Amino acid sequence: MSRQQTQRLASVLITLTAVLVFVPVIVVIVYLIWQGIGAISWEFLTQPPRNGMTEGGIWPAILGTLILTMGTALVSMPFSIATAIYLAEYAGDNRLTRTIRMAIVNLAGIPSIVYGLFGLGAFVLAAGFGTSILAGSLTLGIMTMPVVISTAEEAINSVPQQFRTVSLSLGASKWQTIWHQVLPHALPGIITGMILGLSRAAGETAPILFTVAAFYVPTLPTSIFDQTMALPYHLYVIATQVPGMPLKIQYGTALVLLLITLTMTLIATVVRTAVRRRRDW
Amino acid sequence: MQPKISLQNVFYTYADETEALRNVSLDVLPNQVFVLFGPSRSGKSTLLRLLNRLSDLTEGARFQGTVLVDGRNIFDRSVDVFDLRRRVSMVFAVPTPLPGSIRDNLTYGLKMAGQRNASLLETRVHRSLEQAGLWDEVKDRLDSSAMALSGGQKQRLCLARSLALEPEVILLDNPTSGLDPISTSVVEETLRELTDQYTIIMVPHSVQQAARIADRAGFLLNGELVEVNDTESIFLHPLDKRTEDYITGRFG
Repeated sequence: MSRQQTQRLASVLITLTAVLVFVPVIVVIVYLIWQGIGAISWEFLTQPPRNGMTEGGIWPAILGTLILTMGTALVSMPFSIATAIYLAEYAGDNRLTRTIRMAIVNLAGIPSIVYGLFGLGAFVLAAGFGTSILAGSLTLGIMTMPVVISTAEEAINSVPQQFRTVSLSLGASKWQTIWHQVLPHALPGIITGMILGLSRAAGETAPILFTVAAFYVPTLPTSIFDQTMALPYHLYVIATQVPGMPLKIQYGTALVLLLITLTMTLIATVVRTAVRRRRDW
Repeated sequence: MQPKISLQNVFYTYADETEALRNVSLDVLPNQVFVLFGPSRSGKSTLLRLLNRLSDLTEGARFQGTVLVDGRNIFDRSVDVFDLRRRVSMVFAVPTPLPGSIRDNLTYGLKMAGQRNASLLETRVHRSLEQAGLWDEVKDRLDSSAMALSGGQKQRLCLARSLALEPEVILLDNPTSGLDPISTSVVEETLRELTDQYTIIMVPHSVQQAARIADRAGFLLNGELVEVNDTESIFLHPLDKRTEDYITGRFG
């Protein structure tokens, strides 16, 4: 084969591979829309399931997922941001720092079912929270921490060092410098990481399996100690546990879950782009 | 007269064992322009950063000796380092406005010190810009981004930002780097006028600038303070052969 031919072959192969990455995403989305759009209606989105879940809507599951996502944010955000600030601004190169970093890397590698079992042991049983929104949020919160910490740390590190030096030289304390010069500029990056972490959490089934998710509850949750239905688990249930479940409802549920996570990712992208365009350094 | 700033047997070594300052002793009198000149990497910036303890930010460096401001050891435990940095204010070689408006930049230091009085802040904004010779150019756009200013304007903004704190000592690390000759002479003129109120310690852009602007000058070479004298003596009749060689351009 001549040099030109190998060159042609290489670029064709590489382009094809890149396109192949794109294909599953499109296929999943298109197929879900095609199969599931028929199920989507006002009633589907706002009513509880009826008649052994074979009729009615999925509102308790949608609400449950939204509540869990918020709970996850409340748990994960303070710890993750504080840890990121510590790692980026305070940590020296010592054993403590290395231990923390290793812990984060390992947290990121733990399978989600293990998080679920950990949540069951630690929050549901040992802490006595029972199967509850609190236990589920804590479990999901811990699971999202590694990704939020690393994106937040990256965002903090991307704030130019000179801003810190100038701020300190004008008599600001280290904390004032972090609060007024570092965090405002890092915040969009932190939020982006947060949303991406949350969209991951919103779609997880295993961590909520033993900690919060209800097979079916007729009423909406009223406190953080209540169980709740949630979309991923509901989907699992109606796809495997309910005989005679109409396919349309299954696809509709999957579509709603996908739209929620896609919307979050989209928001993250929009925030990032908007801020990048606006800042002038 | 009590020196405004006094260094006694100062040694400073970076983490990589570079000896930046070697046994430097130096007195700077109040209300003078003291110019510190010498080839690059001779320790000038290190010395400046030591005077308001920005050197604290450099990890792993070793320091030995005494630095006095108004006769008081600035490394003493009881010294409030944030207050010190407001009294001894640094203007960096590369003008770095903080993101935000011109006004934000000028009031930042005061606000961080807890100053909330709006009329005082306004007065300081106005006066510091006047002093830095920037008022006429920016008075109509104080709330627009400081990042949009030209290089020379940024440099004067950074000077004004220090002046807004009404410091006692201003440290200037090559404040006219990257400025055209006209802007340079504006800044030099400004500095001359400021000595009524301030003590200025400056690393100059060139030997010529040093000679133009200094009351007294010191020649640093490889971390060693070779010679300190009043401007006329040091530039016209240097006592040390190395000073003479540097001034006449035989090296450096």
